[in-house]
Amino acid sequence: MASIHYPAEHPKVEEARFSFSSHLYEWVSTVDHKRLGLMYIVSALFFFVVAGLMATVMRLQLAFPNGHVVDPDTFNRLFTMHGTTMVFLVGMPFVAGLSNYLVPLMIGARDMAFPRLNAFGFWIFLFGGFLLYFSYIGGSGLSGAGSAPDVGWFAYAPLTSRAFSRGASTDYWILGILVAGVGSIASALNVIVTTITMRCPGMTLGRMPMFVWVMLVDSWLIVIALPPLSAAQIMLLIDRFLGGNFFNTQSGGSAVLWQHFFWIFGHPEVYILIFPAFAILSEVIPIFSRKPIFGRPAMVGAVCAIGFISLGVWAHHMFAVGMTSWSNTFFTASTMLVGIPTGIKIFNWTATMYGGKLRLDTPMLFCVAFLFQFLIAGLTGIMLGTGPFDWQLHDSYFVVGHFHFTLVAGLVFALFGGMYYWFPKVTGRMYNETLGKWHFWLFLIGVELTFVPMHFLGFLGMPRRIYTYAPGRGWEFWNLVASAGLLFQLPATLIFVWNVVYSAIKGKIAGDDPWDAWTLEWSISSPPPEYNFEITPEVHSSRPLWDLKNPNDPDWRFE
Amino acid sequence: MATALAGPTPPAIGEWKLPDRGTIGVIFLILTESALFTIFVVAYLVYIGKSLTGPYPKDVLDLPILASICLLSSSVTIVFAEHALKRERIGLFKLWWFATILLGLEFLVSTGLEWRKLIYEDHLTVSTNLFGTTFYSLVGLHASHVIVGMMFLLLVMLVSLFGFPIHTQERRVKFLSWYWHFVDGIWIVVFTVVYVIGR
Repeated sequence: MASIHYPAEHPKVEEARFSFSSHLYEWVSTVDHKRLGLMYIVSALFFFVVAGLMATVMRLQLAFPNGHVVDPDTFNRLFTMHGTTMVFLVGMPFVAGLSNYLVPLMIGARDMAFPRLNAFGFWIFLFGGFLLYFSYIGGSGLSGAGSAPDVGWFAYAPLTSRAFSRGASTDYWILGILVAGVGSIASALNVIVTTITMRCPGMTLGRMPMFVWVMLVDSWLIVIALPPLSAAQIMLLIDRFLGGNFFNTQSGGSAVLWQHFFWIFGHPEVYILIFPAFAILSEVIPIFSRKPIFGRPAMVGAVCAIGFISLGVWAHHMFAVGMTSWSNTFFTASTMLVGIPTGIKIFNWTATMYGGKLRLDTPMLFCVAFLFQFLIAGLTGIMLGTGPFDWQLHDSYFVVGHFHFTLVAGLVFALFGGMYYWFPKVTGRMYNETLGKWHFWLFLIGVELTFVPMHFLGFLGMPRRIYTYAPGRGWEFWNLVASAGLLFQLPATLIFVWNVVYSAIKGKIAGDDPWDAWTLEWSISSPPPEYNFEITPEVHSSRPLWDLKNPNDPDWRFE
Repeated sequence: MATALAGPTPPAIGEWKLPDRGTIGVIFLILTESALFTIFVVAYLVYIGKSLTGPYPKDVLDLPILASICLLSSSVTIVFAEHALKRERIGLFKLWWFATILLGLEFLVSTGLEWRKLIYEDHLTVSTNLFGTTFYSLVGLHASHVIVGMMFLLLVMLVSLFGFPIHTQERRVKFLSWYWHFVDGIWIVVFTVVYVIGR
C-alpha cells in the first residue's frame, strides 16, 4: 500500500562554506516556488512597513485641526502612494506569495507548473514596485524636483490628463502598476495551471484543501479582472503620450468611462485581496477547533459564486456619478447578492468553531478577530452598496473606515494569523507565543481605535482626502482618537517584526507538525526540503494526515 | 510507518491522469488576452458616432476584404501544416507553414497600407478625434498580436529550415496554432465592430 512516507532521517546535503555572494546568487537565480513565495512575502512586508509609515504621517497631520506636519501637495502624494502601495505592492504579492509557497505543498507537487515564469513574475513585480517609487526622484523629469503621483489610487480622469497632471509622476503610476500587473497575471496563471494539472494521485477537486480552492478562484479573478486595468492604463498612456482622446472630455471622450473600466477591475480586486484571508481562515479555524470544516461543499460553492458575482457589481463605487436609475438598481441588487455567499462563509466558519475544542493560540486569535471585524466591515459594505445611503456618505470618512475595516481589521488580521500559523513550517522554528499574544492585543486595540472613529467622522461629514480641517466642526476628538490608535499599532508591528526575526534565528525547534494538522504540507520536514516530497503522496480524503494518524478511523470511509 | 498499515486499507486509486499543463496554460493565456481585448472593443463601441470632428468612419474606411480572407485562410493552412507534421511529412509541413506566414504577412502589409492612406490622405491620426483614437488602438492592438504570432511562426520556419527536428515539437506547434486561431477569432470581432457596426 502506498501512503505518505515519513523517513526516519532526512538526507543531509553537505553545506558549502557560507559566502554572501553565493547565497545572493542562489536567491536571485532561484526558480524554487518556496523561495519565490518567501521573497514575495518579504517584499510585501517591506512595502507594508513603508506604506504604513506614510499612513502614520497622514494620521499625525490629521490628529489636530490646522495641522502643519506636511503641506497639501505632499499629503496628496502620501495618500496616493499609500493606497497604491497597499493594494498593488502589499495585497497582490501576498496573494502570489502565499499561493506560491503553499499550493504546491498542499497538493503534493514538486513545484509550480512553470517555475521560470514564476521567477519572471516575481522580479517583474519587484521592478514595477521600484519603478513606482522611483517617481520620488524622477517624477518631474530630470530637471525638476522629483515628485510622486498625487492623483489618488484610482487615478480618476480627467485629473490624470496632461493638462492637470504635469511632469511624469502619473506616468510612473501607470507604468509601475502596469508592469507589476503583468507579474500578478503570470503568477495567477501559474497557480491555476498548477492546481488543475499537478495534484497528487487521489487528490480530486472534492478533496483539495479549501486553501487551494480559494486561491484557485482568486487566480481566476486575477486573470479575468486585471487585464481591464491594464487596458485602461494603456488607453491613458495613449492619451498622455500620443494625444489620444479616450478620457478627454473636450473632444467627446468620457471621464466616466475611466471610472467604469477602473472599477471593472477595482471591485473584483477587493475580492482578490480578501480571498487570501478566506483561504487562511478555512485552514486555521478547523485545525484550532479540532473539527473538519463545516459545510465544505457550501464553502466551495460560495467561493465560486463570489468569483462570478463579484465581476458584476463594480458600479456601486459610482452611485454618486449620476447613472440611470436602472443601473443604480441593478448594482445595488447585485451587491446584495454577493453578500449572500460571503454570509455563508462567515456562518460556516462560526459553525466550524461551534462545539469544537478551541485552542486559542495566536493564529486562532487573529482569525477569530477577523470573523467579528470582517462581519462589521461587510455590514458597512452592504450599507454603502445601497444607492441612496451611498449618496449621503460617498467619499466621506465612512468609506475610509469601511474599507480599512475590510483590509486592515479583516485582511491584515488574517494575514498575521496565517503567518503565525505557517511560521514553524517555513522556518522550522516556533515563534514566541507570549510576544504573539502581545502583538494581537495591541494591534486589536490600535485598529479599533483608529478605524472605528472614522465611521463616526463620516457621519459627521468629514470628506476623505482632505489634508486638514478647521476646528469647531466636531471632528477634533475622533480624529485625535484615530491618530492615537497608532500608539498601539506601531509597537504591535514592531513586536511582530522582532518576533519573526528573533524566532527565525533563535526560536525553539518546532518539529514537522506542531499544530497536529491535516494537510499535506505538515507531512514533510520543517523547513520543507527543496524537493518537497520524497515520494509523491497519495491521498484518499480531504484530510490526508488525519487518515495517516488515525488509521482505524480514516476520513475516506465517510467521503 | 508500520502503524499506518494497521487500519482498513483505502480503496486503490485508479489511473491518475490530469490535463496537460501547456494546454491549460494556453487556454488561460487566451482567456486573459480576451479580457484585455474586451475592454478595447467596449471602448470602441461606446465611442461609435461620438467624434466631434471628422474624418468619420463612413468617409474613410474601406472594407479590408482581401486582408481578412488572407488572415482567415491562414488559420486553415496552419491546420494543414499541423496535420502534415503529425504524419511527419516535413516537406509538406514547411510548405503549409510558409503559406501561413505569407498570408499573415499580406494581412500586415495591407494594414500598413490602410494606415498609410488614413494618415497621409485622410489626415486621421490617433489624436485627430475619438474615431482615430479608438480605431488605431483597437486595430493596432490586434495587429501587434499578429506581429507577435508572426515572430513565433518565423521562428518555427527558421529552425525547421535549418534542420531542427520540428516533429518533436508537435505539442508546442499546436499551442502556437491555437494562439493563431485566437488572433484570427479576434479579427472577426474587430472586423464586425470596426468595419460593419462602426461604419
